[in-house]
Amino acid sequence: MGIDLPLIWALIIAFGLMMYVVMDGFDLGIGILFPFIRDRVDRDTMVNTVAPVWDGNETWLVLGGAALMGAFPLAYSVLLSALYIPLFFMLMGLILRGVAFEFRFKAHEAHQSLWDISFAAGSYLAAFSQGVALGAFINGFKMSGTTYVGGSFDWLTPFSLFTGFGLIIAYALLGSTWLIMKTEGTLQHRLKSMTRPISLGVLAAIVIVSLWTPAQHPDVAARWFSFPNIILFSPVPVLVVVTTLAIQRVIRGETHAAPFGLTLFLLFLGYTGLAISLWPNIIPPSISIDEAAAPPQSMGFALVGALFVIPFILGYTAMTYYVFRGKVKAGEGYH
Amino acid sequence: MFGLTALELARIQFGFTISFHIIFPAISIGLASYLTVLEGLWLWKKDDVYLELYRFWSQIFAVTFAMGVVSGLVMAYQFGTNWSHYSAFAGSITGPLLSYEVLTAFFLEAGFLGVMLFGWKKVGPGLHFYATMMVALGTLISATWIISSNSWMQTPQGFEVINGRVVPVDWLKVVLNPSFPYRLVHMTIAAYLATALIVGASGAWHLLRRRDTPAVRTMLSMAMWMVLVVAPVQIAVGDAHGINTREHQPAKIAAVEGHWENTPGASVPLILFGLPDMTAETTRYALELPHLGSLILTHSWNGQIAGLKDFAPEDRPNSTIVFWTFRIMVGLGFLMLLLGLWGAWARWRNALFESRMFLRFALVMGPAGLIAILAGWLTTEIGRQPWVVYGVMRTRDAVSNHSALEMSVTLILFIVLYTGVFGTGIRYLLQLIARGPEPLDGHEPSPETGRPARPLSAVPDRLDTSIMGSDGR
Ligand code: HDD
Ligand code: HEM
Ligand code: HEM
Repeated sequence: MGIDLPLIWALIIAFGLMMYVVMDGFDLGIGILFPFIRDRVDRDTMVNTVAPVWDGNETWLVLGGAALMGAFPLAYSVLLSALYIPLFFMLMGLILRGVAFEFRFKAHEAHQSLWDISFAAGSYLAAFSQGVALGAFINGFKMSGTTYVGGSFDWLTPFSLFTGFGLIIAYALLGSTWLIMKTEGTLQHRLKSMTRPISLGVLAAIVIVSLWTPAQHPDVAARWFSFPNIILFSPVPVLVVVTTLAIQRVIRGETHAAPFGLTLFLLFLGYTGLAISLWPNIIPPSISIDEAAAPPQSMGFALVGALFVIPFILGYTAMTYYVFRGKVKAGEGYH
Repeated sequence: MFGLTALELARIQFGFTISFHIIFPAISIGLASYLTVLEGLWLWKKDDVYLELYRFWSQIFAVTFAMGVVSGLVMAYQFGTNWSHYSAFAGSITGPLLSYEVLTAFFLEAGFLGVMLFGWKKVGPGLHFYATMMVALGTLISATWIISSNSWMQTPQGFEVINGRVVPVDWLKVVLNPSFPYRLVHMTIAAYLATALIVGASGAWHLLRRRDTPAVRTMLSMAMWMVLVVAPVQIAVGDAHGINTREHQPAKIAAVEGHWENTPGASVPLILFGLPDMTAETTRYALELPHLGSLILTHSWNGQIAGLKDFAPEDRPNSTIVFWTFRIMVGLGFLMLLLGLWGAWARWRNALFESRMFLRFALVMGPAGLIAILAGWLTTEIGRQPWVVYGVMRTRDAVSNHSALEMSVTLILFIVLYTGVFGTGIRYLLQLIARGPEPLDGHEPSPETGRPARPLSAVPDRLDTSIMGSDGR
């Protein structure tokens, strides 16, 4: 058969994770911005901008897990058990912020601030843990053949802690630019002024990760700095800087969707940079997608469904966003 | 922790997290279908009582669903984090089935949930009804895939083991494995029963407190019809399920029956109550009814079933536990049948909404469905031991290499978080139920035009603005 199943599945999983980062990213970003917006009505508005869609956004994470288990069982078992502790905290965070969506509006007055804290703390915890897991993934895993031989705390390094903070800032930018698009008046004004330093923070994080990774991993460095890659990839850093500057510019004027669009592009650039560094390994630094692949019978069976159903999913996800398009007004409770 | 091994802790962790999880899907599956029926009746009969009930139960649905989603997320990751050797071995089967569940069910639910819960003012009644139907369909499709995956672990077929891992050879056989149809029907009915009992109990509670409104009457009446029809069906399905299990997992049935020794030629009694003792290899204090065991499990007067002693000690599931969990489930099943019949009789005597004895019984049966579901799953899963994939992979070979310390810490944190978060959630659910359906105030859309009769305003929704707020908060 001419179809490269592991390649297609790697692309589907990469696409799913990208969708997750972008979509749940702005949900989590809203929780991350919570401590800086104290007004109750404003907070309600912020939550209402995502209440109808957050569940769908999170589903991309479930798809990532299930597809990884189906297509690359070895990677699923090694990565998840090696990253047990950060993933455990991610799940805790997602529980805390997920139930807060409903509980905030059902709680007694006195309890509401408790669920606000749970919403914010859960968002920080989930974002940070995801960033730590990402950093540990870039760092790679100690393998002997197909068995993980590292310890329970191998994920804990200065680099992974840094990527943890980096992801918090990145999600904050997604959240603030999403809210610029969905809100108006003084709340929107505040968010615009917050977006400026946040976007510079994201730029700094990207720069530091881009220097730190090749400095620590000679093989990644070799990949980046060899000819012809260095020519091919040279636009990426330039585009990153240009996009950040563009965000700074557009938030000065009357603007709505542009900052969010540019942020999406910025994160997409960061994501491609990562993909270039790691490809084609699914358990860095040694195990490739082909070595970790499930039997073709498994990949083929699931692929039929994926190719048939994903277009529908994208269709009705778009429909939901269309139904809930436009600004969310203060006090306009969906509930 | 308490001298438990990492394996035992992993099993407790899985059992604990999934037991919390299954409570919420069971209610989501039942309520989503119930809401579809309510909205359909509203559009058809144009009677606002159905809209009032839809409003009421959709709030409860929203809270349950959110808890189902976040507790399910934990399950999806636990296969990799805690059962990594299982995942590496059989992920090639469980993974694609879970992928199909995400693709065909979870996205469907999530995609239309927003419109269903928040879209009243944004879309017309037709599209809104469609959204409700899609959410309900999603919950049923979801149950289908996850039950298929679980049933494959119970009665595996359609695969080969090559190079130490499972390779699927016939997907039709994998998905439609021998115990799947029974388990799917039994579980779906269980979800409907559990929901009907909750709806019925809340109706009964309001009637007992003399909040006698048309909406309260309607929900009690609908629930009692459901119990009457479905409880006997569940008993018949359960019986067929047991016979299927006898064929494929004889050790489980022997453990469930506390049946140690099979005497050729002699009939098998039904042990009503007793205490199976795993070390003494006998069932103490057994209260036996002759021939009934044969009759139920083989549908013949002198039929034979294997005894536990026919299996090596290391292949025996824990009879002490499953003997009792099974009896709890079956006992509750017969109480549900009794409730259905009593309801029919009371209805016939025109006393359905008045008989306080009957209403009290309906009230205490409220949690019975959920308890039966947990008891049923415990029977199924503990009865499968010591195998994780029946006859193919042992549970002790499936577990990840985490230390007992690591597993203890995460287990304790799970217990703290779950009881705190879901405990509060369940309290909110009970408070919402206690508040009861609220009369419409004219802000609702009409079934013909979708436009409200009066201008919109935000409807207060917090619990403390309700009659329940009078509890001093
Ligand atoms: C009989 C039904 C049933 C059973 C046995 C299970 N589930 Fe479940 N699950 C559902 C029925 C369901 C559901 C009705 O479809 C839920 C409940 C609320 C919801 O959002 O969907 C759900 C939610 C749900 C979610 C969140 C989906 C989302 O984001 O929308 C995940 C990841 C899982 N489940 C995974 C699992 C796993 C890994 C299980 C077993 C080990 C499991 N479920 C047992
Ligand atoms: C939803 C209802 C369910 C409940 C209440 C439940 C309960 C349990 C319990 C109590 C255990 C521990 C058994 C023991 O070790 O003695 C267990 C184990 C397990 N179950 Fe289930 N289960 C359910 C559904 C499922 C489903 C749907 C799957 C798979 C898709 C599944 C897969 C497993 C696995 C992998 C284990 C761990 C290995 C083992 O101990 O056998 N369970 N479950
Ligand atoms: C009263 C008659 C009933 C009988 C004879 C019966 C029979 C059975 C049997 C034999 C099993 C185990 C199957 C296996 O592990 O292979 C089972 C499991 C189960 N039962 Fe029942 N049952 C009855 C009532 C109920 C009721 C009333 C409920 C809930 C409302 C329920 C919910 C469950 C669940 C959730 C499971 C686990 C999933 C499964 O294996 O299907 N059962 N039942």
